Amino acid sequence: MKRQKMKVKYNWLEVLLYLLPFLISIGLFTLWPIINVFVNSFLENLNLVTGKFQSIGFGNFIDIFTDPIFYSALKNTFLYMFTVVPISLLFALLFASLLSKKVKGTGFFQTAYFLPMVTSVTAVGLVWKWMYNADYGIFNYFLSLFHIDPINWLNDPAYVLPSLIIYGIWSILPFTIILLLAGLQNIDETYYTAAKVDGASSWSIFRKITLPLLSPTIGLVLVINIINTSKVFNELFPLFNGNPGPAGSLYTIVYYIFEKFQKSLDLGVASAAAIVLFFIVLIFTLVQRIIQKRIVK
Amino acid sequence: MKIKVENLTKKFHDTVAVQNVNVTFEEGKLIALLGPSGCGKSTTLFMLSGIIPVSDGKIYFDDQDMTDIPAQKRGIGLVFQNYALYPHMSVLQNICFPLEMEKVPKKERIERAKEIAKLVQMEEYLDRKPSQLSGGQQQRVAIARALVKKPKILLLDEPLSNLDARLRLEMREEIRRIQQETKITTIFVTHDQEEALSISDQILLMKKGEIQQFDAPQTLYDKPANMFVADFLGTPPISFISGQVCENGFLSDDESAIIKMDVFSSITDKTKVTIGIRAEAIRICKEDEAHTKGIITHLYTMGKETLATIKIGTSEVRMYLFDDEDLHVQEEVFIRFRSKGIHIFDSTTTERIQ
Repeated sequence: MKRQKMKVKYNWLEVLLYLLPFLISIGLFTLWPIINVFVNSFLENLNLVTGKFQSIGFGNFIDIFTDPIFYSALKNTFLYMFTVVPISLLFALLFASLLSKKVKGTGFFQTAYFLPMVTSVTAVGLVWKWMYNADYGIFNYFLSLFHIDPINWLNDPAYVLPSLIIYGIWSILPFTIILLLAGLQNIDETYYTAAKVDGASSWSIFRKITLPLLSPTIGLVLVINIINTSKVFNELFPLFNGNPGPAGSLYTIVYYIFEKFQKSLDLGVASAAAIVLFFIVLIFTLVQRIIQKRIVK
Repeated sequence: MKIKVENLTKKFHDTVAVQNVNVTFEEGKLIALLGPSGCGKSTTLFMLSGIIPVSDGKIYFDDQDMTDIPAQKRGIGLVFQNYALYPHMSVLQNICFPLEMEKVPKKERIERAKEIAKLVQMEEYLDRKPSQLSGGQQQRVAIARALVKKPKILLLDEPLSNLDARLRLEMREEIRRIQQETKITTIFVTHDQEEALSISDQILLMKKGEIQQFDAPQTLYDKPANMFVADFLGTPPISFISGQVCENGFLSDDESAIIKMDVFSSITDKTKVTIGIRAEAIRICKEDEAHTKGIITHLYTMGKETLATIKIGTSEVRMYLFDDEDLHVQEEVFIRFRSKGIHIFDSTTTERIQ
């Protein structure tokens, strides 16, 4: 059956008037800054105060791609992303499966796991800084119980990235767990019962039933976490007193942008770096979506 | 496989869902667990399947104690009310799943799955996903998945309740056909008396966790063990009149209705009884043949038949009228009962007397 087409004559001027508050706010606070960043990234030697620039071109991009610090920032960001995202996903899967089971004390554990979410990353970062302390920190205390020499978590360049990664996993975990838990609770209990009667072991049930049915949620979690970890900065800042690691060993892309803008007042270069970050996130998200579609098929 | 249940009891906290059920299901029979919602029929089924542990009592399959054996080792096939087909797997994968878990080689399991798909007439839909199937087709796949492991017992939880009226008729014939072709002992849960009466070999009727009667469908209908059974089975519902036996007849409580009939002659006078009268056991007759008389209060024409309610004294009974009987509301009629459709129950115990 063909639905009858409704012919409604809109008074577009009136429609526009109603939408105006929304359009103004989204234009002012979302669209304009994004466009501005795009434009600024092509303005060479842009003066932050006067808004004057020397020329239009790819100068800013050439600048950052000839800057070894930017490459170091890219490397650190990728390493952070590719460790934090999968590891936190694995842990979150484990914890979410446990939390979704109706056992005694679930409420307590749910609260415990979600605590990091309601606390400020920066504030907790300071606590972590103390826990990482080479002389008095709790991590080194535990290591000493196993007769392992103390590690200079925050000052030894070999350990600063792992330190950041551990903290990153911890801070991203609750959000990941919440999403996965919601996904798990959407799976009908009878699938599990049916599979059990069919003789499936817990592992088979997880692999053959839970995981495929959870895959849309996992896809969503991956996209969100990739975007979030690509912007790592809040975790970095408090751990190293606002520095990018000891001797600049732990630059990330966002820290690079922040430094170019805040310290060097180089708006053009900062914008160019932001555009690079934007495309990185875009590519990862697209790749993830393509893979997801393949898996679902 | 023969199933024997001894003193089967299930308690959830303080509520007793199933109480002291003792019953034996013979091999190769199609058995219906029937009762109103909350009567413990599904709980009984899930205890047989091993999904719900028993609180007390024993379950035997062919004299082998199965009470503490986990579901997957009982050799049963189970069909869920919502079918529980894995949505991400094709029909073939769904049917293969139990075999896959049993580590049957891939070639063999596809062969066996196709064979069973043929039995349930789904061989043309093997590549479809469950969401692309109708309710009846999903049901067939669910039955195939339950049967593919060649279980000794097939258990179905409310297999027809998710289907529309027409499909329900079709699928109940299908369940009967599949059961007869495989000769597998089958137990299904239903709250629909018509379903149970039409396809099962035996019906276990339950109420509040207790067995009311376990018999062949026709026996349940013809010789209900108590008033609950008589009331639960049959459309339109049986009509009850309470009163007492007196001088080869029956007198209702308020003495407004008198029924003169031989069936009461074997019962001692003054016994408090409730009589149940099936609609099809009442006939309009001439005055000299009448057992009693009444006044027509309502007439309902429903296609091929007319249903009438008739007031005998202050009690109402339902009966069928024939086309040639031209009767009207408020008319007085003489009526006669067939002794087969009259059931006499003890008013205090509600048990059947005759």
